Amino acid sequence: MDTVNVKINGIDYAVAKGSTVLEAAKAAKVDIPTLCYLKDINEIGACRLCLVEVSEGGKPFRMVTACVYPVTEGMVIKTNTPKITASRKMNLELLLSNHDRKCLSCVRSTNCELQKLCRDYGVDDSRFDGVVNHYEIDDSAPIIRDNNKCILCRRCVATCAHIQQIGVIGANDRGFDTHIACAFETKLGDNPCINCGQCIVACPVGALYERDDTDKVFDAIADPSKHVLICAAPSVRAQIGECFGYEPGTDTEGKMVAAMKALGFDGVYDMNLTADLTIVEEANELLGRIKNGGALPMITSCSPGWIKYCEHYFPEMTENLSTCKSPQQMFGAVVKTYYAQKMGWDPKDIFMVSAIPCTAKKFETGRPDQSAAGVPDVDVAITTRELARMIQKAGINFRALDDAKFDDPFAIGSGAGAIFGATGGVMEAALRYAAEVIEGKKLEALDFNEVRGVEGVKLASYKVGDMTINVAVASGTGNAKKLLNMVKAGEVDVQFIEVMGCPGGCVNGGGQPIQPASVRMDMDLRAVRAKVLYDDDAASDLRKSQDNLAVQTLYNEFFGEPNSHKAHEILHTSYIKRGL
Amino acid sequence: MKKKLTTVDFRGTKEQEEKLLAVIKKYAGVKGAMMPILQEAQDIYGYLPYEVQKKISDETGVPVEEIYGIASFYAQFKLNPNGEVAVAVCLGTACYVKGSGDIIEECSRVLNVPIGSTSSDGKYSLEATRCIGACGLAPVLTINGEVYGRLTKDDIAGILAKYM
Repeated sequence: MDTVNVKINGIDYAVAKGSTVLEAAKAAKVDIPTLCYLKDINEIGACRLCLVEVSEGGKPFRMVTACVYPVTEGMVIKTNTPKITASRKMNLELLLSNHDRKCLSCVRSTNCELQKLCRDYGVDDSRFDGVVNHYEIDDSAPIIRDNNKCILCRRCVATCAHIQQIGVIGANDRGFDTHIACAFETKLGDNPCINCGQCIVACPVGALYERDDTDKVFDAIADPSKHVLICAAPSVRAQIGECFGYEPGTDTEGKMVAAMKALGFDGVYDMNLTADLTIVEEANELLGRIKNGGALPMITSCSPGWIKYCEHYFPEMTENLSTCKSPQQMFGAVVKTYYAQKMGWDPKDIFMVSAIPCTAKKFETGRPDQSAAGVPDVDVAITTRELARMIQKAGINFRALDDAKFDDPFAIGSGAGAIFGATGGVMEAALRYAAEVIEGKKLEALDFNEVRGVEGVKLASYKVGDMTINVAVASGTGNAKKLLNMVKAGEVDVQFIEVMGCPGGCVNGGGQPIQPASVRMDMDLRAVRAKVLYDDDAASDLRKSQDNLAVQTLYNEFFGEPNSHKAHEILHTSYIKRGL
Repeated sequence: MKKKLTTVDFRGTKEQEEKLLAVIKKYAGVKGAMMPILQEAQDIYGYLPYEVQKKISDETGVPVEEIYGIASFYAQFKLNPNGEVAVAVCLGTACYVKGSGDIIEECSRVLNVPIGSTSSDGKYSLEATRCIGACGLAPVLTINGEVYGRLTKDDIAGILAKYM
């Protein structure tokens, strides 16, 4: 590694050539404050909180923005002079002068990057109090925008435009009137937004948050006439600990289940089970399409953000989407048909809650053709963050809970179901199934390493029986766009594609715990969080969806066989060519 | 000032659309071409309504919000068409200190048109302009290019009545 010598706060360091002052300061174990900076996503030097003093070539010190200013040989850097402190403090006061300071019940209180800096710098009030902008809250979509809290850092805009390559939000008007909104001041819900929520996890303050559905769940729990059931998506257990002070990458499945029981749910279930069911349905659908000349490549359909993206931006490819419902919707559908029948319950009396890492799932619950029993398959989808808030509100001491287990009969999930939460996981799970079914013998090598990892687009080729299956995996809709354009141009020839709407898959979903830019600078959350799921899978003695006894029971007692007429009625859905 | 969205129905013609498509084609593949495309689109239509920005978005692949962000940022881009009676009040420094703020408010009241917009029937438009170089006559306004100077608030109703 090429290095340059710099002096940071009086101490000599050799730091990577080409690094910014902000990155170099990391070597000196100094966190320079930032607000608009978000590694690899938004590096624009706009908020001016990262101001430092530098001297180059013996010239006098001057102030530069650390997040974008590159280090040079012999540079002398001061990160904490009175001049810098005064300047940062003033910038905070200017931000506060037009900021709704209702912090007490703000959804981001104690997890707000602005609040933390104000505490660090002792800023309460603003000397510059004067005219304040008032904006209407946009609650037209599951993603809610409160511009009264917005600090115009552009992190959401950059994420939407550059990472997801959607660009439905941006800065409108200029000067003091500048605000983040959609074209022609339309509501987010009327735009081709896919509800992925990546803007929410990018936001340093409380300007963006998911629609809070927790009261509906509390009300249902309090209603004795309802059977209130909850199922947890694979990546919720892998991340919810972050809301209770655990390091990212800590599996807290047992405590999560215990907390759900303590909240009063009548049944606490594992969505890994319907992930397995999805695999059996989807892999058979794929094999059927290959055999019968159906639309190929077939593309996975578990990610509702991706589905809406495809409907808006690639409407000509909706035939390529697997017709399988997502594991969330399959779960609700199974519970309100099979289980209701078994228990002698009226589906109307079941209140199905799903805990998911996703904001797009809130939209998915209301989609057409997602009501197998004549009532919505899922009543309410709550994010990992909302579940954590429910636990906090109920006064449950999460860290002190003893581990508990999911309830029968939906307690079993395979390792293949667990890795659904990471990019490449659905593909790998499907390959484990397809390989065994086609080869007709027990599959020994279960790791499909080529489709693992956080790269945006992954291509691989597997020989299964006498068939070669070419597969592709993309995560984040920007990468999906790239891949689909390659497919359309004939540059790649694949039969099966997995797409996850969020970069890295569900572990990095828009409903997941929010980590500040300072943490995201050092840690690739996608990889750290995914490792929990791959470790789960590796440690499991049930690693293939087809070996899941609960899934086998569903087919034996109810669906008959994969892709049967009944399975189609209950477990499959249809799509809309939305366009732009 | 926050730009006002138009309430006037779009009346673009086939000829205008062909001209616009030719402009977009001319800049195909050129980096940073959105500014000249918008300028020339405004030359064609007189303003940049949704229908025009959407067309540009569809043809260039640039999200319509990104285009709107540009159109709403720069003062030179208009989101409202000129009315049949186009009233422009100078808010340049000289006119402003001579009270053109009151003049424009009065115009808005008499015409019942918010500043920076056009009545939905397309008849009247009211805009604030930068200095038009007639500081000696401050405060001034123009109606369809005709200049009225040394105004007081009480003159406005009478002047506008001629056009109503």
